[in-house]
Amino acid sequence: MRTSPAFRVVRVVLLLLFAVFFFGPLLAMLDFSTRGTNGSRTWAAWANLVEDPELNRAIVASLLLSLFTVVLMLLLLVPTMIWVRLRVPRATRLLEFLCLLPLTIPALVIVVGITNVYQWVTYFLGDHVLNLTFVYVVLVLPFAYRAIESALSSIDATTLAEAARSLGAGWGTVIGRIIVPNIWSGLLSAAFISVALVLGEFTIASLLNYENMQVVIALLGKSDANTSVAASLAAIAFAFVLLLLLSVVGRSRRTEGS
Amino acid sequence: MSRLARLTPSLALLPFLLYLTVFLLVPTVTVVVGAFAENGRFTLANITALADPVALTALRTSVLLSAVSAVIGAVFGAVLAYLIVSGGQASWLRRSVISLSGVLAQCGGVMLAFAFIATIGYSGVLTVWLRDHLGIDIFGSGWLFALPGLILVYAYFQIPLMVIVFLPALDGIKPQWREASVNLGANGWQYWTQVAFPLLRPAFLGATLLLFANAFAAYATAAALVSQGNPIVPLLIRSGLSSEVLLGHQHLAYALAFEMIVVVAAVMGMYGLLLRRTARWLR
Amino acid sequence: MASRTLRVSLVAAVGVAALAACAPPAKNTGSGGSGADAATATSAADLGGMDALVKAAKKEGKLNVIALPPDWANYGNIIKTFGDKYGIKVTSQQPDAGSQDEIDAAKRTKGTDRAPDVFDLGQAVALANTSMYAKYKVANFNDIGAQFKDPKGAWVNDYGGYMAIGYDSAKVPAPKSIDDLLGPAYKGKVALNGDPTTSGAGFSGVLMAAVAKGGSADNIKPGVDFFSQMKKAGNLVPVDPTSATIKSGQTPVVIDWDYTNAAHVNDVKTWKVALLPNVDPVGGFYYQAINADAPHPAAARLWEEFLFSDQGQNLWLAGGARPIRADAMVKAGTIDKAKYDALPKVTGTPVIPTTEQTTKMSDYLAKNWAAAVK
Repeated sequence: MRTSPAFRVVRVVLLLLFAVFFFGPLLAMLDFSTRGTNGSRTWAAWANLVEDPELNRAIVASLLLSLFTVVLMLLLLVPTMIWVRLRVPRATRLLEFLCLLPLTIPALVIVVGITNVYQWVTYFLGDHVLNLTFVYVVLVLPFAYRAIESALSSIDATTLAEAARSLGAGWGTVIGRIIVPNIWSGLLSAAFISVALVLGEFTIASLLNYENMQVVIALLGKSDANTSVAASLAAIAFAFVLLLLLSVVGRSRRTEGS
Repeated sequence: MSRLARLTPSLALLPFLLYLTVFLLVPTVTVVVGAFAENGRFTLANITALADPVALTALRTSVLLSAVSAVIGAVFGAVLAYLIVSGGQASWLRRSVISLSGVLAQCGGVMLAFAFIATIGYSGVLTVWLRDHLGIDIFGSGWLFALPGLILVYAYFQIPLMVIVFLPALDGIKPQWREASVNLGANGWQYWTQVAFPLLRPAFLGATLLLFANAFAAYATAAALVSQGNPIVPLLIRSGLSSEVLLGHQHLAYALAFEMIVVVAAVMGMYGLLLRRTARWLR
Repeated sequence: MASRTLRVSLVAAVGVAALAACAPPAKNTGSGGSGADAATATSAADLGGMDALVKAAKKEGKLNVIALPPDWANYGNIIKTFGDKYGIKVTSQQPDAGSQDEIDAAKRTKGTDRAPDVFDLGQAVALANTSMYAKYKVANFNDIGAQFKDPKGAWVNDYGGYMAIGYDSAKVPAPKSIDDLLGPAYKGKVALNGDPTTSGAGFSGVLMAAVAKGGSADNIKPGVDFFSQMKKAGNLVPVDPTSATIKSGQTPVVIDWDYTNAAHVNDVKTWKVALLPNVDPVGGFYYQAINADAPHPAAARLWEEFLFSDQGQNLWLAGGARPIRADAMVKAGTIDKAKYDALPKVTGTPVIPTTEQTTKMSDYLAKNWAAAVK
């Protein structure tokens, strides 16, 4: 029915058109970044990714930021979500509302109002780009919540917890050794999406005058367009590989588990 | 159980609540209060300044940009989502499209801005090719950095976002419905217009609203693309905060941010309502 | 029970929120003894002479500067020369920032070791934030005219220039009058350095057009109308000119300060800079100031001494800017004669707007610029 030959042809043509629209600019970035003088090809811009000290610093900063954001997000969100599901189910609506709130409050608005809060952060922790972790955790909350929630609802957490408790396990063990291993794919999914988001974040870093990778890429665009295009393409490729890995790992976990 | 023991479970949520309060609610309240204050005193001056021609034009352009890119994203995104859904659950095509969509949708405006500058910017690959081989100048006087360009670049991340958001709805279309309708004598067209579309409509409209809110709140793409002029509200906010010519306009930036919250909250509220309608059918 | 929890959480949340919403207490700069002396010194004599100042600065070992692009008035070289001469590590933060960003960064990082020590600000921002500066008179303070400095030394003009038109002589002819820029030879080629409602250089560019078309520092309307005409003719490119855009040929004509334009010779060999003939030039000075809460007060003061010394002033001259002590240095014979004579000749009376005029013009721009260049 649906797989009539006419439909198949239409499908292929449309997919090709979409591919051109989406891959076109990516290929153009590759071409642009390898342009040398007088039509030659050079990988100098790509070499800059590891050689330019400012860009290097920024890339390292962004990678560290994504790591810290993932860790803090997991520490903050996972126990809270499991606890709510097991012990305070009444708070589910509230938790859902709070976690989806950052979708409604644009990052731009958050950064406009967060100056005083960050003065406190600087007061306690000194002024370092890694301070951005705190506000990034808020930004990734909606996406992480959705990922972990779908994993949590696919296992029967209550029964598992009751069984463990009746065997004498404390709440720590229940959360850490019973529930968490079973929602591993959801945690991984949340982590990868958070990494992608943090690597691409520009608004808050730029308006708080911190130099993360995106800010430096934008700055480089004014003096060395080739390198900034190379850096952008590298970041997109990296995030793509990350998310692709996630979909592969997530799928295999699902087939072998429950 | 003692009072304390009954209290404790809820108290465990305190760290999370406090964290959100400090890093999300306090900034929001600061913005709302700041919109109504100047030099520590309550004033409506900044709110009324929102009706100035410059601010209104920026709002109009923002709304136009968001609406057009949302519609484009919704239509094309729905088509693309359908194309990959019809390919089967675990196909490599579906997986890679979803991954690429995830990257392009979330991954940041700066990179997309450079992608388009590299393609159709002044020395972009396509521009140069067309200029050298066909004598056509598509760069013109820089439409890429004005509304038409913004719409094009926004579509680049709106379409993937639509794919991600709309896919679950398409997945929820059960093949049994198709079979049932065929059994009752409907042809393909009737199935689509009388069964599938009405079922998908709430999800489709909801996703479009989400795309609208996403575009309205977006800052990075425009900031990286537009270096002169403040055609949309987020760029006007940037100017209010960091202009070295118009001083003391920080509170106008607060008022504009407040305006953004109101618009986005209204749109997301409608989205929430539509989501509830959808969930009923596609359980 | 639930309401109890709610009340407790609410109180805790409100408490934390109130605390977070207020600014934190000012942290004491932990530099101690010599730091405290330097922070209150109003001249080198207060510290016991230049040698003592150099010693104190070397002890601090670091200096934070902000918003100094390397190709702006030769700052790249100035920073390097200072660092090498005194063995002080200079951190150049946010080279792309504007004047307001400098003040914001200072406020935000107040009390930390990364706060900017010194500012180089445009007129509007400089005069609006005088409470943030430390009063300090450099050794050559008396060489500088009274209208170019704060009497107590809170701020001092450091270098200045005039609005000029820079152009790639290989791509466009030399503009003989401002109306040339409306002609077909300049289609899609002219860029203004910055949005006039955001950037001081852009603002002065519009003022230059205004003066050329019969306006003045009290009437910027002719300038706005001129740019509107240019946009309609398709000659105005709405893009910030940068090294990248000049090298690629996207912005072969740039309206900007003469010294920043002069630096573009490094991007394109055929770049030339010209002031409009027979038109009063629009001038502007930048303002040096020391952050009152500078984390490295001695190094900050030494930096100022360096900038206003003959060596520092000549380095600015090498970048195409006009150093503030030029007249005194010409008299003393310490100026770099060759570079000084190579500066574009100035005819007519320079137009330098006062703060009131600037505010009036900015307000006019705020209301009319966006619609004019739509």
